[in-house]
Amino acid sequence: MKILVCISVVPDTTTKITFIENNTQLNLAGVQYILNPYDELAITRGLDIAEANGGNLSIVHVGPVESEPVIRKALSMGADQAIRIDALATDSQFVAEEIAKIAGEFDLILTGRESIDYNGGAVCGLLGALLEIPSINVVTRIDYADGIFTFDRDIDGGRETIRCAGKCVASAQKDLCEPRIPTMRGIMAARSKPLQIIAPQGNGNFSTYSNYELPPSKTGVKLIAAHEAGKLIDLLKNEAKII
Amino acid sequence: MSVLVFVEMGDGAFKKTAFEAVSYSRELADMLGTQVVAVAIGKGIDGSELGKYGAQKVRILPCSDSFTADAHGRMLHNLVHESGASIVVISNTYTGKSLAPRLAQLMDASLASNVVSLPTISGGFVVKRSVFSGKAFAYVHLLKDKKVIAITPNSFDIKYHDGIATVEESTMNTEISKTTIDSVNKVSGKIVLTEAEVVVSGGRGLKGPENWHLIEDLAAVLGAATACSKPVSDMGWRPHSEHVGQTGITIKPNLYIAVGISGAIQHLAGVSASKVIVAINKDPEAPFFRAADYGIVGDAFEILPQLIEASKKYT
Ligand SMILES: Cc1cc2nc3c(=O)[nH]c(=O)nc-3n(C[C@H](O)[C@H](O)[C@H](O)COP(=O)(O)OP(=O)(O)OC[C@H]3O[C@@H](n4cnc5c(N)ncnc54)[C@H](O)[C@@H]3O)c2cc1C
Ligand SMILES: Nc1ncnc2c1ncn2[C@@H]1O[C@H](COP(=O)(O)O)[C@@H](O)[C@H]1O
Repeated sequence: MKILVCISVVPDTTTKITFIENNTQLNLAGVQYILNPYDELAITRGLDIAEANGGNLSIVHVGPVESEPVIRKALSMGADQAIRIDALATDSQFVAEEIAKIAGEFDLILTGRESIDYNGGAVCGLLGALLEIPSINVVTRIDYADGIFTFDRDIDGGRETIRCAGKCVASAQKDLCEPRIPTMRGIMAARSKPLQIIAPQGNGNFSTYSNYELPPSKTGVKLIAAHEAGKLIDLLKNEAKII
Repeated sequence: MSVLVFVEMGDGAFKKTAFEAVSYSRELADMLGTQVVAVAIGKGIDGSELGKYGAQKVRILPCSDSFTADAHGRMLHNLVHESGASIVVISNTYTGKSLAPRLAQLMDASLASNVVSLPTISGGFVVKRSVFSGKAFAYVHLLKDKKVIAITPNSFDIKYHDGIATVEESTMNTEISKTTIDSVNKVSGKIVLTEAEVVVSGGRGLKGPENWHLIEDLAAVLGAATACSKPVSDMGWRPHSEHVGQTGITIKPNLYIAVGISGAIQHLAGVSASKVIVAINKDPEAPFFRAADYGIVGDAFEILPQLIEASKKYT
């Protein structure tokens, strides 16, 4: 079985987001980049399935050479090889078009539920449509037996179990598994694993980000004494008019 | 070149997000000088109600509403094609999120998810979407002629119109999915967290799952959904589907009440878009107070019963 996991490289979750150049660019000063947390889950579960079925797992990332340390981390978790498509990703649609060109040969493709920077949540569905295969969003379980993938997925107000015989793409949601921590051996081995760099086709032109804005900051908290906490409800009703 | 809006059903009726999406679409259609076609999928739906929210036409696809992204994506695309729509509006729910990208791809449209306001259309079609899990907003030009816009629940007010919608059942063929749904587990009657107007949320300060009745009781009197911080779901005190924050769900309720949650940056990311925030914490230095509109410094176990009592007055 051949498995492909798409990874995105995102600012660390503790990053305080600010913008420069008249709010047209993210301030990259001091930003630490990490493997998108949901993608760690996709890799981990993908590896479990590959290992149990004599499979092979590849990583793909659309991004610049600066992403390579994070790609190596994915390899150190146990992936067999990686592909970097050498382009700056402009949006989920650009990413999906680039990945679709190399994804046709894989039996199972995994993404994260969303990348925690631009939160598109779209690459899984886009790949499904591009490759004309089912896409199963926000999965909390992936099992494989006798040619059939079984998923649990979050739905509005609940959960469902869905089955697919044949190629498909799924996006990893929290609860899928605990992420693997790379071992020292894994880190050593990752250094010499193949990382192929391919040129983008780059014809997708879907959207451009023009400028950014921070949410308005709070004007200050109004404190209510603990012994008369019930007053809060009156304030929410009559002052904030929110309940 | 009409605006097509996909409306979702829940528990046999239109969801509140459906009315938001129709209201949004009507305003957008008015800006563009065109009409709103609402589409609902399922058997036995009375679509005429959608006229009140601004839909001029309603198309019902009377097939099983058991949702699969591939088949529903194709069916919706057929309807888009038939109606000649160039813009599709969808709610950014789990269903919407699995449908929107497939549809955008089939339509060769630009896609924007997490959209929080109407677009501006002078000087290009520009939408505002939330990014960095709510830490910021971005203005995005959608470059393709066709667009798919997925709007965040609670971002757009429902507006009433006195128009009447013409309702028509579609005779279009049902598309077959390559997937099979084995079981669906829905808690009916429960308020869905991502769509809730009021959310009561608990953190590690609640000490253990045995105390969650306090959160649930307050939520019940306020008609709220319940949520929690990451460690609470990691420890299994609550289901992971309640975990809000940068690595959980991002929500945008009118009111978010955080009890015994410190207010770490990753938690705030997912909730800071809430209109009004209340923090309840025994530590006056808790960072949540800097992100809150109202605060109570004190012990959750003494404060929650008072809030439950006070709320009962109003219900
Ligand atoms: C990569 C990464 C991603 C993360 N993503 C998320 C995320 O998506 N969502 C998220 O929530 N967190 C996330 N976190 C964790 C986050 O950093 C915090 O650790 C977490 O939010 C803290 O949860 P808490 O506030 O419930 O617990 P604590 O930090 O332990 O805070 C408990 C609070 O309760 C108060 N308290 C204690 N007893 C009482 C009482 N009796 N009455 C009133 N108050 C009381 C305390 O004063 C304290 O402020 C992430 C962390 C990392 C590293
Ligand atoms: N630049 C990228 N390269 C490879 N995969 C990506 C990239 N961006 C996003 N993805 C994948 O798509 C998922 C969802 O991303 P998004 O649609 O951008 O929220 C991520 O969790 C990754 O698995």
